[in-house]
Amino acid sequence: MNHNNTRRWQVTVALATLGAGGLAHAATLDDVREQDRVRCGVNAAQPGFSALDENDTYRGLDTDVCRAVAAAVLGDASKVHYVPLDSVERFTALQSGEVDVLSRTTTWTSSRDTTLGVNFTGISYYDGQAFLVASDLGVQSALELDGAAVCTQSGTTSELNLADYFRANDLTYEAVVFDSPEQSINGFEAGRCDVLSSDASQLHAQRMQLDDPASAVVLPEIISKEPLGPAVRQGDDQWFNIVKWSLFAMINAEEMGITSDNVDERLESDNPDIARLLGRDGNYGEAMGLGADWAYQIVKQVGNYGEVFERNVGAGSEFGIERGQNALWTEGGLQYAPPVR
Amino acid sequence: MTIQHKMIEARPAPKNTVGPLAWLRANLFSGPVNSVFTLLGFYLLYLLLVPTIEWAFIDADWIGTSRDDCSREGACWVFVNARIGQFIYGLYPRDEIWRVNLTFGVFAVLIAWLAIPRLPFKRWVALATLVVFPLLAFVLLYGGLFGLPLVQTHRWGGLMLTLVLAVVGMVGALPIGIVLALGRRSQMPIVKSFCVVFIEFWRGVPLITVLFMASVMLPLFLPTGVSVDRLIRAFIGITLFQSAYMAEVIRGGLQAIPRGQEEAAAALGMSYWLRMGLIVLPQALKMMIPGIVNTFISLFKDTTLVMIIGLFDLLGIVQAALSDSRWLGFSLEGYVFAAFMFWIFCFSMSRYSQYLERKLHTGHKR
Repeated sequence: MNHNNTRRWQVTVALATLGAGGLAHAATLDDVREQDRVRCGVNAAQPGFSALDENDTYRGLDTDVCRAVAAAVLGDASKVHYVPLDSVERFTALQSGEVDVLSRTTTWTSSRDTTLGVNFTGISYYDGQAFLVASDLGVQSALELDGAAVCTQSGTTSELNLADYFRANDLTYEAVVFDSPEQSINGFEAGRCDVLSSDASQLHAQRMQLDDPASAVVLPEIISKEPLGPAVRQGDDQWFNIVKWSLFAMINAEEMGITSDNVDERLESDNPDIARLLGRDGNYGEAMGLGADWAYQIVKQVGNYGEVFERNVGAGSEFGIERGQNALWTEGGLQYAPPVR
Repeated sequence: MTIQHKMIEARPAPKNTVGPLAWLRANLFSGPVNSVFTLLGFYLLYLLLVPTIEWAFIDADWIGTSRDDCSREGACWVFVNARIGQFIYGLYPRDEIWRVNLTFGVFAVLIAWLAIPRLPFKRWVALATLVVFPLLAFVLLYGGLFGLPLVQTHRWGGLMLTLVLAVVGMVGALPIGIVLALGRRSQMPIVKSFCVVFIEFWRGVPLITVLFMASVMLPLFLPTGVSVDRLIRAFIGITLFQSAYMAEVIRGGLQAIPRGQEEAAAALGMSYWLRMGLIVLPQALKMMIPGIVNTFISLFKDTTLVMIIGLFDLLGIVQAALSDSRWLGFSLEGYVFAAFMFWIFCFSMSRYSQYLERKLHTGHKR
């Protein structure tokens, strides 16, 4: 293939991508209503974020975002059609219209947001690289890790972040590199290294694979930014708004103290913010093409952000991850949602 | 000189040449070197087998419902037990699994009927297997007709999906492979070059690439709103890929048939299709059984690659189950179970092929 042909080929692919991604899917909402289901691209196996349980349903923080969208649009959180996606095909699946929402532990980066024909709608989980150490080592902070042997996975940004962090803090370390999460936790357990470094969400899952999960702790330091969030196709602003505000509704509900248990009582509340969110005062769903009870349905069927977090990855789950950066802004975290009004 | 009219009774063989002891002496301890290696071998077996058996059976936990029922000293089969329905039927609705059972039950009966020589009406049963059964299987598994609820293919999974993929791949690949092999040996230039190009293309790319193209690139080239079901994409990819391999296996068999056979048939005035169908192929296919079964077994194992297009075959569903936060850390049990299931199916295919070879043996073996 000569140069000219190659060029033409690239242009064709780019046009095909654009055509499929941008212009043709104007009304995702109509399509979703017609088919009576939200197609949601998820990770096939990510503990705490999307994983199959014994009852053939997916459980996790990412899949709860899908359920929230279904609750807002269709009034039934169970009307989600999960499409398990590979990390490579996830964006293609979104561009080509195979899924309506991508909620698959996807890090929001500038290049993904600007070149792939997708829009990130918010941040459902503030992730970042952290360290796992054996608890009998008595280490309290990553700054005490001078001279440690550190297990990481090859081909990820973890290696680079690790080098940067240790250089910036004037510490030395020895890298022990593995190919997969499973191998690296086995290496850690076999004593090949003192520390295991990866994204915090993954470290908590890996810790559970140890024979004695209590024998290791995740240190509080986070050394990189990995904001995870749902994404939609570019070119359908209405749908973009729906997915964006589904997440915001959960965060706002937590801030107002509305839970799936007390949402019916709170419906009677005199607080104007609550009345607006739950649709008793005004119809803020209408502009998005939704009913007035869109946020009520989300909270009733899925829960507020805090409930979702605790149930899947927090204190109510096997992982017991601290809220940390994922706490509300009122409690020293980063989760902040614009008001409904 | 004494003449004895009675035959002398045969005396028993010397004690050290019969019985288990003699067998041991002849086969395991026939000399100092062999004795040392035998003992060494037994020691290695001991080192290997004892911990394995302890892990898998003696220390293992079998009964329970959650990870707390596992002592963690041996295997935790509770995990496999709790998930067995999912491993076999995938996400198929639990109320509808009788349809899967019925489909595979009918399939097993048909195959058994064809395999057991004594049973009559072979021709009709073969026709039913090839024509009626696929339709029946589609209606039963997919539903949407005769009041059966529709079960979309994204709910298919586990062992059931592995079997469906393998059977469709095998049934599709064999006839296409035969046609391609005949085409490649043909004198007609267009037919021949088409077959050569087809075979070399599909054989030249890895299956994972074919599936990957089908899942990542195909949707971009199709007009919007048109989407081909993932399972159909996998069927097409696997069948085309396997038919290229099958074609070369069959061509190898065709080449082993002496030219004289075909020429003699031609001399009797038989047409091309008669020559092939009655003279060449029956002889060739018989000789190709090991090769064909080899291809089938590798196809059966290759089906696990559909994981990359988001279909959960047996291995995929085991891996998905491993990430359930309530069951983290039981990967060894899951993988051992998957390996065992694959081994059962591959080994049965292998045994059946050996039986077929013996049955069809007509002195062509050298």
